[in-house]
Amino acid sequence: MELIKKYPKTFQWLFLLIVFFSLCFAIDVPETYKFIRGQAEFVKDPNQSSYIFLGKEVRYYAFDVFWRLPPLLGWLPIWINDSLFFLMNEWMPIEVWNEDTQEFKSRPIVLQISRNLTAFMTFLIELIREILLGGLETIVAFTSWDWIDKNPWAKLPGLPWTIVAAGAAILSYKLSGKGLALFAGLTMVYISVFGQWKPSMQTLSFILVAAPLSFIFGLGLGIAAFKSKRVEKALYPILLVMQTMPQYAVLVPALVLFGVGDHAAVIITMVVAVPPMILLTILGLRAIPPEVIEAGRMSGCNNWQLMLKVLIPTARRDILIGVNQVIMVCFSMAVISAFIGAKGLGFNLLLALNQLNIGLALEAGLCISLIAILLDKMSLAWANKQTDYFGNLSFLQRNKNILFFAATVVVGIILAYVGTFLFKGTFNYLFEIPHNKGISTADFWNKGVDWIFDTFFIYIKAFNTWLIQDVLQPMRALYLRMPAVATIVLVVGAGYLIGGIRSALVVCGLTLFIALSPWWDRALVTTYMATFGVIVSCFIGFTVGTLCFQNKHSASFMLGVCDIFQTFPSFVYLIPVMMLFGITDTSVLIAVIVYATIPATRYTIEGLRSVPIGLHDAATMSGVNKFQRLTKIEFPLAFPHMMLGLNQTIVFALFMVIIGAFIGTEDLGQYILKALSDKKGAGIGLTLGICVAFIGLIFDNLIRTWVDKRKKHLGID
Amino acid sequence: MSKPVIKCENVYKIFGANAQKMLRESNGNVDAKTFQENGCIVGVNNASFEVSKGEMLVVMGLSGSGKSTLLRCISRLTDATGGKIFIEGQDLLQLNNKELIDLRRNKMGMVFQSFALLPHKTVVENIAFPLQIKGNKTKESISKAMDMVKLVGLDGRENYFPRELSGGQQQRVGIARSLAVEPDIWFLDEPFSALDPLIRKEMQDEFLRLQDKLQKTIMFITHDFDEALKLADRIAIMKDGIIEQLDTPANIVLNPATEYVRKFTEEVPREKVLLIEDVMDKSKDNLGDLKVLKDEIIENVAEKILTQEKTVAVIDNNDKIVGSINPTKIINTVFGGRKNNN
Repeated sequence: MELIKKYPKTFQWLFLLIVFFSLCFAIDVPETYKFIRGQAEFVKDPNQSSYIFLGKEVRYYAFDVFWRLPPLLGWLPIWINDSLFFLMNEWMPIEVWNEDTQEFKSRPIVLQISRNLTAFMTFLIELIREILLGGLETIVAFTSWDWIDKNPWAKLPGLPWTIVAAGAAILSYKLSGKGLALFAGLTMVYISVFGQWKPSMQTLSFILVAAPLSFIFGLGLGIAAFKSKRVEKALYPILLVMQTMPQYAVLVPALVLFGVGDHAAVIITMVVAVPPMILLTILGLRAIPPEVIEAGRMSGCNNWQLMLKVLIPTARRDILIGVNQVIMVCFSMAVISAFIGAKGLGFNLLLALNQLNIGLALEAGLCISLIAILLDKMSLAWANKQTDYFGNLSFLQRNKNILFFAATVVVGIILAYVGTFLFKGTFNYLFEIPHNKGISTADFWNKGVDWIFDTFFIYIKAFNTWLIQDVLQPMRALYLRMPAVATIVLVVGAGYLIGGIRSALVVCGLTLFIALSPWWDRALVTTYMATFGVIVSCFIGFTVGTLCFQNKHSASFMLGVCDIFQTFPSFVYLIPVMMLFGITDTSVLIAVIVYATIPATRYTIEGLRSVPIGLHDAATMSGVNKFQRLTKIEFPLAFPHMMLGLNQTIVFALFMVIIGAFIGTEDLGQYILKALSDKKGAGIGLTLGICVAFIGLIFDNLIRTWVDKRKKHLGID
Repeated sequence: MSKPVIKCENVYKIFGANAQKMLRESNGNVDAKTFQENGCIVGVNNASFEVSKGEMLVVMGLSGSGKSTLLRCISRLTDATGGKIFIEGQDLLQLNNKELIDLRRNKMGMVFQSFALLPHKTVVENIAFPLQIKGNKTKESISKAMDMVKLVGLDGRENYFPRELSGGQQQRVGIARSLAVEPDIWFLDEPFSALDPLIRKEMQDEFLRLQDKLQKTIMFITHDFDEALKLADRIAIMKDGIIEQLDTPANIVLNPATEYVRKFTEEVPREKVLLIEDVMDKSKDNLGDLKVLKDEIIENVAEKILTQEKTVAVIDNNDKIVGSINPTKIINTVFGGRKNNN
């Protein structure tokens, strides 16, 4: 009894676990239970039960409610689908003037809006694409095909790659200095020489449209949320869900609303890229000292002047960090959008992976990674750059970068012109190196992969078999063996113990949504893969982080490595693992582990670093040795921050598990992938996405609540 | 006396959801405790005072006493919950947004504790900011701002960014910015609190020099009693939102109105605060040869007086004898039992 009084929390947890396990043992697996369950909507089977809600029939295999809850939300995806269909095809028809047939035509308003939006986006993308690569479409948009036929000279010529490369280098020089300029120049040369110019510029044009638009919307909404509590409250849940929603899942509804292609991808990219911009705008504006705002008011600013001349410039850095985030999200979406037909590097990568041409995939992947690093470094340099004073410089000095760029434009054009004589009858390499006409090392890599396979096949296979048979299968079986009731009790109990009744209710709601959807089993598989990835990642991350922390240089180095790896779009990680482990669950899990180790390591180092110097000194003066200092001082204080790392690790792991569907898994991601190729997939895709987001949010809620309490307890910010 | 420049009548500032309603029900009898139980925090409690043209009123109080809140009510950075505030006879709380902005653009200047400079603008651009906001031409604004740069002694640094300046220099920029529009009313919110003691003293002297030249109507907030004594024409001492006493420095030292004020005055070196006038006797008999001005601070003439055997004559600016003072009185004032001295 005294023990219970002394450690009440421990006993509460113990009690929760006992209840959980007794439920697990008390409830038997029904004989008819087979794993595959979500397919209920495709198969008709006399053993199925069914119900009708809102006019939608839901068919499912019924089990004891304790074992699996009936999919009472099964109507939701169908309903979303039908609603979307109704909105797009029937709701509020308006008369539209049709240019071609010269008559009014009736069209639903949403479809009309979507078409106009689509046309606008397509125009923007084409415009930038043709500035970079040349083409006709933009001119056609203002004239007609007939006019083009009559005037063969009317064609945007596109920029020679030399000019774009020089432009990137000069911009990098202005933002950061020689180092970045060199990197930018080399990256551009690499892209060009290896024949990736065209897809790269396609991707770039995609970003050049998506990023500024996302920035404008994000900034606007961020300011609105800053000014009005009501707007902020309305935005908050959306922002929360979008943070844990796999980017993959939002592609599906985009497909339905805007069709296939770059324009749909740009629009949906904005949906993903705007939330981080909103968050950082709010953060930046909140961080402005109140006195600066008062100073602005006392200087007689009206609201506009205050916003434009005081608030936004003062929050410049945070807002530009937001721009950095926007650019990185846009880039990663540009890659993933290949699934809905966006052109560019992602498309090539997808194609190469589909053909199992690892060499080609590797080249595209390297290209993607280099551009990602370049974009990240450039936008960060912009954010960290402080305003300079130009007043006392001459015109020449002030505009030297612009003048220099103008000079390179001239030189580039001359070079391209000279090129027409040099490379007569073949491609003008000084103008643009066509796709796959550059140097390719694909064969080399493919041979390398073959060699690895031939040489290490036995070992890799043995490892594979061992992992799958002895670790993964049993773990999966255990997860699936959990009765739904036991899982819910465990999660809600944990919520109650950590955050009280409020947390318990939130977590309960999130879990129930998944349990009542038709994909509980799939969600369990997703969770099992994520859990496995997270456990291994955390182990590696915490160990590596702690070891690196022992030395200042290695810690900084490791953080730099994390920075670089984090910029890569998640899709890229699939290339090397497929190269080594082929198409198995092992590949997915290793990709998950590599990807999720990044935040685990980063947060460990950051957490340990955040321990105040004063405490270090105090500990040293108390005579602790290094190990004692680590265990008694640094770990307890860094632990809350490390738990935030765990939170990130879970989100990263979930994202990767979902993308892993591309390799072939049998979890929620697989269904999202399926939904992409399904005409009626929108509802399913969206609901699945929400399920994944909710898994993330359950952990997010538990961990965050715990961390907040713990930090308050420790008295650290 | 001319009309007061700033006039407050029963000003209240109460934070909280139903502050308005509670204030109305309390009939002006605001008790901080009862308000707090109802989720309201009293910032300023029934403040009434006037500041006349060219006068410097220093509001003194510890942190949380409501002094900054009072200042923000008068500059209308927050709206007072109750009471009336007049700026040059204009009812401040009745002004619409445009009139308020006009008032700030032309009549008010404010200096902040944390300097509150715009990080993306240079020194001269920061100073020119209020002028540009007003709609002045850039060239004019910059040349006016350059005058201000010279006034606060920052010439040569006009193209520096705030991040490149020391705290004292940054506050000089803050002062210059607040003076750029040539305001009549000058608000200073703990302008020197964030500075090192040595720099602070230097800035106080600089400030006195400026005020000597400019003769603005000033409300100066500080938590430093010595600073208040050094600068003020009159001091208002605040505690829990209430003005405990509002008087000249000498009167506050000599006649503290409440126990709280007395605690502050206990440690004050009187000879640095009091004037001869404050301690002289009215009798004009038995005078020696030495004459001292009535406006002298005791410290400056104490040595002279103490070497005299006879009573010293006190004269005014017209050389007319207005009273007398003897060495004993000086000794009593400076060293006398502080607790009983009144």
